[in-house]
Amino acid sequence: MTPRWKIALALAYRQSTVLIKNPSLFVPPLLFPLMSFLAFAGGLSALKHIPGFNFRGGYTAFQFVFVLLQSAAFSGVFMGFNVARDFEYGFARRLLIAASHRTGLIMGYALSALLRWSVVAIVLTTVALIAHMKVGGNGVDLVGLYTLAVILNFAGVLWASGIALRIRSTQGAPLMQTPVFLTLFLAPVYVPLHLLQGWIHAVAKINPVTYLLTAGRGFISGSPVDVGLAFGSGVAVSGAFLLWALLGLRRAERAAS
Amino acid sequence: MNVAGQVLSIAGRSVTRTFRQPAMIIPNVTFPLLLLAINSNGLRAATHLPGFPTNSFLDFFIPISFMQGALFASGTAGVDLARDIDSGFLNRLALTPMRGVALLLGQLGGAVAIGTIQAVVYLGVGIAAGVRFETGVAGALVLFVLAVLIALGFGAVGILIALRTGSGEAVQSVFPLLFFLLFVSSMNLPRNLIEVNWFRDLATVNPVSYMIEAMRTLVISGWNAQALGLGFLFTFLMIGLALAASAASLRSRMART
Repeated sequence: MTPRWKIALALAYRQSTVLIKNPSLFVPPLLFPLMSFLAFAGGLSALKHIPGFNFRGGYTAFQFVFVLLQSAAFSGVFMGFNVARDFEYGFARRLLIAASHRTGLIMGYALSALLRWSVVAIVLTTVALIAHMKVGGNGVDLVGLYTLAVILNFAGVLWASGIALRIRSTQGAPLMQTPVFLTLFLAPVYVPLHLLQGWIHAVAKINPVTYLLTAGRGFISGSPVDVGLAFGSGVAVSGAFLLWALLGLRRAERAAS
Repeated sequence: MNVAGQVLSIAGRSVTRTFRQPAMIIPNVTFPLLLLAINSNGLRAATHLPGFPTNSFLDFFIPISFMQGALFASGTAGVDLARDIDSGFLNRLALTPMRGVALLLGQLGGAVAIGTIQAVVYLGVGIAAGVRFETGVAGALVLFVLAVLIALGFGAVGILIALRTGSGEAVQSVFPLLFFLLFVSSMNLPRNLIEVNWFRDLATVNPVSYMIEAMRTLVISGWNAQALGLGFLFTFLMIGLALAASAASLRSRMART
């Protein structure tokens, strides 16, 4: 029997090949974070003058962390589109028949999402450094920042795969991306949490992404805060979505048999 | 059948087809509203910046909903025409006495229909949420007309892309680039408050900034002939140029042999 990791590697290799051969699948997910970064860091930098805006790392770094986390989550979500497409073309059905350990399939899609996001992260980081982003954190802090992004990438792919395994059609795409989009933007995207007012402040306070953002911004400025809360909520959300994806896999198996 | 009859016939088909796809209408209408709700609260602190032209970010941001809606309309018009090319409908039309201009104007019917619905919804929601027009009812009517014209203009751009590429996937792939025009505009802050020079320069040469500013002045600062003139000028230019280029592309697409 083929071990799980071999199935995962084979599927990740196949997914990466598909992406390389289809720029229309790869370029938009790469362009969106860059556009967001340019628009937010370039167009909104005056927000650092708002009374009470006390982030030490500069507005470029402030926005970089959000866009990095956003790109990680959406690279995961876009992999959910691929899962759905594989079902539409019948490839996923053949995978379900061929794979001896089907959880290896989820591992493969997750690995592929991580590889896809790695390219986005390299390009985004390069652009941010060219834009003179201030990095106050040390090596350990930066490892912390990118680890948070990896956790979010994992959560994103598991959430979207769970939907794709249940609906098995690209028509489920809005269901995959809209909740993720809303959750990300219902966090302190443009200004720190204490400067938000009204209902959005109340929502942001209970949104786990807020703690990932706060910790990430702490890492890049060299003053880590809410680290335990961020990793704890990130791992808890990923664990819940892992269960969600595995149950989706069971449902897809039943539908295929 | 004369040209007007041909336009009406194609427009009727385009509108019917658009309304038969709720999956295309509902997200196009609701997504800009979600962004309006989130950004008008998330960016409310920006009104504390010295020189910010209003103390309501909702008033400042409402024109962006119309712009986003218009951009989505471009995708709808482009994808629908690309489907007609792909399915051979356009080739069959080439066998009839249908005039090219009738086809172009008629195909825009769906975009105009969505643009009109969006304009009504955004105006209604905005006013219900507390947007007050400095220019009164007349200003709201002018904004409505400009919003529909902008939807028409972006719809024409969508049609041009469809005629050039003949592929719905290509239209979808170009869509992020159109969105980029919105991102590098005075969407989030007035141009005089944008601190980063290259971003302010891009926003200044970007016609989308002038379309936004024309709508914005109607809401927050009263009648401004220069802003309105520039907004309408760039809108009519976009419509004219996109239709002229589309007509040239259509001639080769509908080559009668």
